[in-house]
Amino acid sequence: MADKVLMKGNEAIAEAAILAGCRHYFGYPITPQTEIAAYMAKKMPKIGGCFLQAESEVAAINMVYGVAGTGKRVMTSSSSPGISLKAEGLSYMAGSDLPCLVVNVQRGGPGLGGIQPSQADYFQATKGCGHGDYRMIVLAPSSVQEMASLTVKGFDLADKYRMTSMILADGTLGQMMEPVSLEDALVNEYDKSWAVTGTEMKRKKNLVNSLSLDPEELERLNFARFEKYKTIEENEVMYEEYMMDDAEICICAFGITARIAKNAIAMAREKGIKAGLIRPITLWPFPVDVFEKAADKVKAFICVEMSMGQMIEDVRLATKCKKPVTLCNRVGGMIPSPEQVLEKIIEADKGGNE
Amino acid sequence: MKRLTLFAGHYGSGKTNLAVNYAVMLKEKGFDVIIADLDIVNPYFRTKDSEDELREKGIELISSKFANSNLDIPSIPQEMYRTVQDKSKFAVMDIGGDDAGAIALGRFAPYIKEEDSYDMVFVVNFYRPLSRNAEEAMQIMREIEAASKLKFTSIVNNSNLGELTSADDVLSTSEEIQKLSELCGLPVKFTSVKESIYNQLNNKTKNLFCLALQNKIF
Repeated sequence: MADKVLMKGNEAIAEAAILAGCRHYFGYPITPQTEIAAYMAKKMPKIGGCFLQAESEVAAINMVYGVAGTGKRVMTSSSSPGISLKAEGLSYMAGSDLPCLVVNVQRGGPGLGGIQPSQADYFQATKGCGHGDYRMIVLAPSSVQEMASLTVKGFDLADKYRMTSMILADGTLGQMMEPVSLEDALVNEYDKSWAVTGTEMKRKKNLVNSLSLDPEELERLNFARFEKYKTIEENEVMYEEYMMDDAEICICAFGITARIAKNAIAMAREKGIKAGLIRPITLWPFPVDVFEKAADKVKAFICVEMSMGQMIEDVRLATKCKKPVTLCNRVGGMIPSPEQVLEKIIEADKGGNE
Repeated sequence: MKRLTLFAGHYGSGKTNLAVNYAVMLKEKGFDVIIADLDIVNPYFRTKDSEDELREKGIELISSKFANSNLDIPSIPQEMYRTVQDKSKFAVMDIGGDDAGAIALGRFAPYIKEEDSYDMVFVVNFYRPLSRNAEEAMQIMREIEAASKLKFTSIVNNSNLGELTSADDVLSTSEEIQKLSELCGLPVKFTSVKESIYNQLNNKTKNLFCLALQNKIF
């Protein structure tokens, strides 16, 4: 039999997390990500791990906070409304400089919204999520295979920088099935001498805490954290360029909409319009440089998003508004069609918009 | 020919696709057939995706009005009782995945047992995680039987890698399905494959069933 497995995106995340050494999962069911919890519930007891269905998302994220403090790999997953509930815990973990992986399989919003896919939590993921000055590393998979590989990457980056990595997927990627090959993940060891593991009276005690009584100390911690963020911005940016060599129209899309964009690009090129795609894989750190460079080459940018236009703000900032940036979108659980994107490409090629 | 055909199995093993195709096959052979969606687990990828095709072919669909809606409500309509009470019609029952999905079938088990004209089919895709071999598949079978209060009577090999499935991918599972058949003591009803590789396999695999894949548009 082939060594490939036919997996849902949600299952791929769960299996990849286990391969990355995660043995602690805390969550609360919500469509369209419940398969992650279901998979963990079946698998964790068999491998000596811990699956716990918490009484709420708030409880789950605080259980993650607890395990993260011990330096063990730990994760939680949810969908949009549930991530809002976890925001407080995420802020506390940022303030305590703890590593963890959080998965958001987005659905339509705001509020309870619906169970169909969406990308409208881009702001929430990339601009902080909870209160205070902090960042999360945000990874945007575009295939079931990437749901697995970016989960492994997410754990690694979280440990490396002692902060939260978020997988920002959507209901389509969570539910769709594709063949995946899962290999044993290379797990890097990082210094975790900060972890609260019991001193055995042999060392000074560690403290995990986000409270600072001294404002000067709190300022110093914030400055230091942002120095770390700068290092990440310089070293960890990931993106894919697709047919950008000769492109005159640049599509900007992440996740599932990038796949739709690729179909539209093929259709446009058949009509003789040179379209290409820049797909950010890290949404934070945002791939600023590649967009800035593209702004000197292309005629126009089109952001394809399943939101009212969120990433478009970062594209406009990155391109310094040198070229028109327009939006092609569907919301509320609806998905743009390649034809809709093609129409925008034709318009932009004629210079008819902006 | 049993009056009821029940498709149950692991989550994502292809039960719904099979159930739809099987109902169409029965209808084309001249049987008066109902297709019933008992899935209480997954709000997506439902029998209802094929609603238009089923209506065109004159196959009655019994399905929750919340299937494929924006409401994730596990429910079964009261008309479901017709599948066990109206004995003038054949019925294909599409059961939700795993033991969690099979619980809904338990409600109808006393009627099904009493009438004793059913084929309960275990659908397996050896490319799915948690059912990679005969032993794992057996465990899922036993869990479903406990939850549904019914025993399986046959198995179907639906091993596939989605649209990218090659003929070899299917052939290389033939040993495993034989092993499962021996382990559980049940016959292999058929091996199901998508249309595009049916001809390549037709002389190499006995009891081959041709599948038209459901077209899912979100």
